[in-house]
Amino acid sequence: MASILSAKNVTKQFGGLTAVNNLSVEIPEQSISSIIGPNGAGKTTFFNCITGFYTPEMGEIVFNGNRIDGLRSDQVTRLGISRTYQNIRLFSNLTAIENIMVGFEPHLKTNWFDAVVRTPRYHKDEQAAHEEAIKFLRFVGLAGLGDQVARNLPYGAQRRLEIARALASRPGLLLLDEPTAGMNPNETLEMMHFIRNLRDSLGITILLIEHDMRLVMGISEQVTVLDFGEKIAEGLPKEIQTNPRVIEAYLGRGAATEGMATAHEMTSKKKAS
Amino acid sequence: MSTFDWKKILQIGLIGGIVGVLIALVGMVEEFNERDIIAGTLTMGWTMLILTVLVMAYFVAGTVKAHSWLNVAAGALSGAVFSVVMSLLTWMVDSFDLRQTLVNASPSLVKILTFEQGIPNGLITLIVAGIVVGAVGSAIFILPERIRKAVTLGLGMVAFLGLMQDIIQVSLAGFEGLSDAIAWMFGRGIENGLSVAGAITVFLVVSVSNLLWDTNAPKVNARIEKLPQKSRRSLKWFGYGMLFLVIIYLPAILGLYLTEVVNSTGLFILMGLGLNIVVGFAGLLDLGYVAFYAIGAYTVGVLTNLSGELTSSFGWNFWFALPAAVALAVIAGVMLGIPVLNMRGDYLAIVTLGFGEIIRILALSDFLKPHIGGSQGIVNIPPPKFLEVLVNNPQTLYYFIVAGAVLALFTSQRLRDSRLGRSWKALREDEDVAQAMGINLVATKLMAFATGAAFSGLSGSILAVKLGTIYPHSFALLISINVLALIIVGGMGSIPGVFVGGLLLAGVPELLREFAEYRLLIYGALLVVMMQVRPEGFWPEATHKRELHEADEEARLTAEGQEA
Repeated sequence: MASILSAKNVTKQFGGLTAVNNLSVEIPEQSISSIIGPNGAGKTTFFNCITGFYTPEMGEIVFNGNRIDGLRSDQVTRLGISRTYQNIRLFSNLTAIENIMVGFEPHLKTNWFDAVVRTPRYHKDEQAAHEEAIKFLRFVGLAGLGDQVARNLPYGAQRRLEIARALASRPGLLLLDEPTAGMNPNETLEMMHFIRNLRDSLGITILLIEHDMRLVMGISEQVTVLDFGEKIAEGLPKEIQTNPRVIEAYLGRGAATEGMATAHEMTSKKKAS
Repeated sequence: MSTFDWKKILQIGLIGGIVGVLIALVGMVEEFNERDIIAGTLTMGWTMLILTVLVMAYFVAGTVKAHSWLNVAAGALSGAVFSVVMSLLTWMVDSFDLRQTLVNASPSLVKILTFEQGIPNGLITLIVAGIVVGAVGSAIFILPERIRKAVTLGLGMVAFLGLMQDIIQVSLAGFEGLSDAIAWMFGRGIENGLSVAGAITVFLVVSVSNLLWDTNAPKVNARIEKLPQKSRRSLKWFGYGMLFLVIIYLPAILGLYLTEVVNSTGLFILMGLGLNIVVGFAGLLDLGYVAFYAIGAYTVGVLTNLSGELTSSFGWNFWFALPAAVALAVIAGVMLGIPVLNMRGDYLAIVTLGFGEIIRILALSDFLKPHIGGSQGIVNIPPPKFLEVLVNNPQTLYYFIVAGAVLALFTSQRLRDSRLGRSWKALREDEDVAQAMGINLVATKLMAFATGAAFSGLSGSILAVKLGTIYPHSFALLISINVLALIIVGGMGSIPGVFVGGLLLAGVPELLREFAEYRLLIYGALLVVMMQVRPEGFWPEATHKRELHEADEEARLTAEGQEA
């Protein structure tokens, strides 16, 4: 399968700290891929490098044939990458609908003159944005909550709304940063189905950062493991589960020699830390 | 009895007492004692103290978790604490000569506070009065909400009309038919304030009509909802028509002085609408907003003045100078915007503050004196002519200002409801995420600065022809702060809030000119209370209902259930 995103030798440093070190990743088109690793492994930093929040010091990131490292985040979004955040970052005083409408921004063309005079273009754009917003609101199962101010929504709804907002820009690649953080096992399972359905019905590529191993192992077609900014393993979930370096990174050297770490133990260790 | 929190009640009573002492010692009681709210019955000085007790007792009643005489008892208790503190003050002022340090601690203050009854008797009266007023304040609290609202509104209206008596009387003097009614309501002009009968009438009319409106509004609304689309629309247009007529005839009704007040309020509202875009919508804290006001005023001044004192005389027609002024303000807005693109919050505030001062100091400077007049400013700015009518008195200017404000209102409303408005709000909520949604930060921020500057430049241009003379001192930092304050009081990002804030912070102070000495004190107190009690402003930004109606929703939910 062709890869939609390819990162080559990406390095990002903060002062003396190397958050991402010489990282190369290929994300196959229409796949669900995961990046896992202990806290501070550089996963979110890597996301930030892809989405233009950070500019990597070295290496290059190519998306759909366009080089995107060094671009501003709005330019990256317009090329077709959108994301959610580890700690939900909705526009908390806007309604759910308005949040999604902001997501539709890359497809709008009205300027201030259109807005003041209310030209046909204004009406066309507003209607399109509104329809799109309603569509995605339903898609993520928030129908009826559209006029609620985002900060008043329950936690799970906020997570879904953030995904709806990201989807509104019609991305080719969707980055999800810990989509199940703070969810109980049932909600996590639901989210897992939701993510799979997202890919199947919209035909987009999904890259996610996740701590919940059950989710990762359940839906990923490719897993990349980071530790201290470096890639220590990559492959199918099954391969990752038995990879000694991964077990070592999560559980320490002793556990690795035993080689008996299960996905469940990894999760519990993660939660304890 | 655990609900009766003695400590808290005493504490609030004490705080109220301290506020009362403060009001007395800054001289408000004494000075305002000359002014009657209700002729011969209630002076404004006493009103200040009574208001303090009422508000205090209201809060005290709120601390008691009951809904009975206990609340009233608590209010009375706090009123007693208040008046004991006031009595202590009175006794001290009477026994010791404090006037060396406290100028207002005078025998006449004692006279007022003891009801001219002398020390022991008067103090007893004072304490009894405190208890009664405290009880009344807390009684207001336990009233059902609808009645409470009506009563407060009625009392407020009595105070307001009593305060505004001379202005109202002067403006209504032109209407022959009303003279008897006015005389009855306000007395024959020797006393000030409302007459007793007038006060009671005002209170009853306002409270009862408010009560009636409150009980019937839902029914009326429901009936309007039921009307067919067509008649609903015509009703709406009828409303607009009435509003239009009121706006057209307002200067004729108000008379010269009040029109002048409305005009200066209008200029503030115009600026407020502009700053509301920058601060309220886009969340860019701009403290140098007065700069654009100055640029607008100075551009018009330089281009149109006929004094011949400046080195270059353009002698433009005002109607050509006006767009030039707005354009220059916009350019200045963009020029300020570019260097501050990467700044946020407090840093942005400091830089814009500096920018405002730079413009003012440039206007003052000797360097530019030949061109813009330095500290002497620009005099002889000719009034514009509109269709052969000279726009030079408050009443013609009024229409000009209304036109400007309507234009600004219209523009900011339409921008708010567009892609640009959404981008501004997203920017305000979270700049990084807004950018990551594909919003071009540079263009969006510059648009906010430019639009805001345009309204302010327009306001400044009107100011130039309104005054006919402009000085650098007219563009002090305080104006920026006033405009910011009116936005905050009205409600950040709310367009109607700008009008409310403008009326409260620019209009009312203008009316209360005779209390000039205490204006800023009251103003400051109001802001503090406001931020504590109602931080979202008097008329907060509304969220728009944009999802489908409920009926559609149900259909959708069932449809979805089938899908799943």
